[in-house]
Amino acid sequence: MSTDAVLYDHPGPRARARNRILTVVFGVVLAGLLYWIYHRFDEKGQWAGSLWKPFTQSSTWTDYILPGLQGTLQAAAIAMVLSLAFGILFAVGRLSDHWWVRIPSGVVVEFFRAVPLLLMMFFIFFGIPFVTEKPMSPLWAVVIALTLYNGSVLAEAFRAGVRSVPSGQSEAAYAIGMRKGQVMGQILIPQAARAMLPVIVSQLVVLVKDTALGYIISYSELLQLGVNNVAANFGNVIQAAMVAAVIYIAVNSTLTAVAGWLSRRTRRSGKAPRAPRPAGALVGTAEP
Amino acid sequence: MDVFSDSYNLDVYVTGFLWILKLTAAGTVGALVIGTLLAAMRVSPVPVLRGFGTAWVNIFRNTPLTLIIFFCYFGLYSTLGVTLSDNLELNNYWLGVVGLSVYTAAFVCEAIRSGINTVPAGQAEAARAIGMTFRQTLTLIVLPQAGRAVVAPLGSILIALCKNATIVGTIGLMESSNAMKDLINSNGDKVFTIFFIFAGTFAIVLIPTGYGFGWLANRLAVKR
Amino acid sequence: MRITRLAATFGALTMALAVAACGGDDSGSDGGSGSGSTASGIVGKAEKDKKLTIGVKADQPGLGLQTGSTYTGFDIEIGKIIAKGLGVDESGITWKTTVSANREPYIQQGQVDIVVATYTINDERKQKVNFGGPYYIAGQDLLVPAASTITGPDQLAGKKVCSVSGSTPAKRIQTDYKDAQLQQFDSYSKCVTALAGGQVDAVTTDDIILAGYASQDQYAGKFKVVGKPFSTEPYGIGVKKEDSAGCTKINDILKAAAADGSYKKAWDDTLGKSGKAAPELDTSKLTNCS
Repeated sequence: MSTDAVLYDHPGPRARARNRILTVVFGVVLAGLLYWIYHRFDEKGQWAGSLWKPFTQSSTWTDYILPGLQGTLQAAAIAMVLSLAFGILFAVGRLSDHWWVRIPSGVVVEFFRAVPLLLMMFFIFFGIPFVTEKPMSPLWAVVIALTLYNGSVLAEAFRAGVRSVPSGQSEAAYAIGMRKGQVMGQILIPQAARAMLPVIVSQLVVLVKDTALGYIISYSELLQLGVNNVAANFGNVIQAAMVAAVIYIAVNSTLTAVAGWLSRRTRRSGKAPRAPRPAGALVGTAEP
Repeated sequence: MDVFSDSYNLDVYVTGFLWILKLTAAGTVGALVIGTLLAAMRVSPVPVLRGFGTAWVNIFRNTPLTLIIFFCYFGLYSTLGVTLSDNLELNNYWLGVVGLSVYTAAFVCEAIRSGINTVPAGQAEAARAIGMTFRQTLTLIVLPQAGRAVVAPLGSILIALCKNATIVGTIGLMESSNAMKDLINSNGDKVFTIFFIFAGTFAIVLIPTGYGFGWLANRLAVKR
Repeated sequence: MRITRLAATFGALTMALAVAACGGDDSGSDGGSGSGSTASGIVGKAEKDKKLTIGVKADQPGLGLQTGSTYTGFDIEIGKIIAKGLGVDESGITWKTTVSANREPYIQQGQVDIVVATYTINDERKQKVNFGGPYYIAGQDLLVPAASTITGPDQLAGKKVCSVSGSTPAKRIQTDYKDAQLQQFDSYSKCVTALAGGQVDAVTTDDIILAGYASQDQYAGKFKVVGKPFSTEPYGIGVKKEDSAGCTKINDILKAAAADGSYKKAWDDTLGKSGKAAPELDTSKLTNCS
């Protein structure tokens, strides 16, 4: 059922009238709510020019927000590459014929998928240095935690993808004399990656958002520099958070748009194996 | 292990997990209710409802949960003056529930919408042919079938909700992540024990839950 | 082919030399294998390189606040005095942001030479690092709205008090003033925002930090520091545990700064703007650097 319009008839005069009434009623309620929010913020002086003025100065952007955004994107970029590698490695590991590869890979993936990212970051940043007696750089604490978590989710997505490739593909590959590694690397993974592309990209959006947790361990990313440090200078934490939220939405909407475009492209070619139906137990879904 | 033989430490640990469980329970209810409503809006014949649903999903799905929880405290409570409880801790808890619900609802909505897409078009067409309205088609024919297909992705989303509950700690609730930080600060030499107990508790609860949802999804799957 | 290989060899050679140079530099600054006792510790390093790396806070107005690439505040001025005393120009100072959790590791690993970052001297920390100072005796206090009737920690029963999660001040409220409701955030600027909005009745931490927030332009006249400290937090300057010569030198520099008025000037230029008179630097209380 690809088009929503299947759910209702083409509206006749009565339905059109009803829809119009609904539109007006809902529109009025929504506008009222928005106005109330605007009004309350106004009452509390949150629109005061002095609180917003810092964002019209270029130094606020060059000193805090842009370096913060750079920190966010840097951690996200490194973690994306590492999570994809981690994901493929452990997906192959879980599909291995040898139990001594399969079981440890399964344990690692299941464990890191179940542990909250925040606990992992705390542990890597505050815990590991007690043992190594070396300070852990906040960047690497963020990157390692993001890789372990998102890599594990991606491993499951790849595995579901590999399972969705018709068995004829690997049988044909074996038949022409390919070895196990070749079948996996040249036949299964490329097709799986294509089938799971939407899931993979939406997991990468999750990854970008999760870099925001880095501020808790003082990594200089958008929240740390753009919200905490800006607020320490200008005392406008609410305004700074609004600006940061808009930036996050812009960055992630771009990524989501890319995801949508990619999934439309894959669908149009018609050659890629379909992602398993959501009813399958092994479905790969992005985890918020 | 002896870190947890101290009654204060044990109390911190247990209290932390109780908050997580309470946040997850209330957050699940909120997210499912709001998410289903949003999904209905997004497939409805009224453009303004569709627009509202789309805007909600795009805004909340793309904003870090940390910021959403922050706005619940400094926007909803501090500026809009919405007080959910006179007790400081309970107020923070309910603000956390609101944040988790509105964030997770965006994901629930998208899961349900893709579930609706797995229902063959013929089902809805047949329903309309016998004169059912939009609401009847949706609630009697489409959603019950979509619900079965949605069990597996919903499972992942709810498990993620449970883990995300730790982020409510940023507005001061002494949930598991704050509890762990607290214990690590005062027992620096037992970092590994503390981490593996906290992480292990999540793993012991969530891994079987994940398999449970997988089993349920297989059982309920509509065979076509 | 030959040329590329030659180039590669040359490149590798250059790198090896560079690494060797770095290594040599390090062992010199670490002391031990350096050329004689004067070259060890921060005194020797400052003399030789004319450079100093100072760990400071970046988010505390009045003490250590990062504005763009520059740092301002009382801690920063103290850092400049120490650097000057060691013969290092202001241009030779590298400021490095530290947070409470990584101050000891940064000193132990040599990522910074000294730390001036609202760093309370206590026995637990003395196991790991050496302290010069104290250059200021802070105490836990309360920041309240100007019209508030709260005059001390005894009146906190039933009130909402804000502090940073897991910090010592937050712990003290939990254990000593159980009747207060504790709101915890990850930064003081959020506490102060909540105080301005009326969601909490007081913010608690060291009085000097509170004074820094109270003197910010946008809060001018809105808040007051109660002024009844209920703990003693001597702020020290952290150096490596074995560098007792550096520690002694820091104390000598502080003594000189108290005598020639540069200590008072450091205060007047920063926290003094809140109207609080400069404290006396009690040179009899300086650590013995053992």
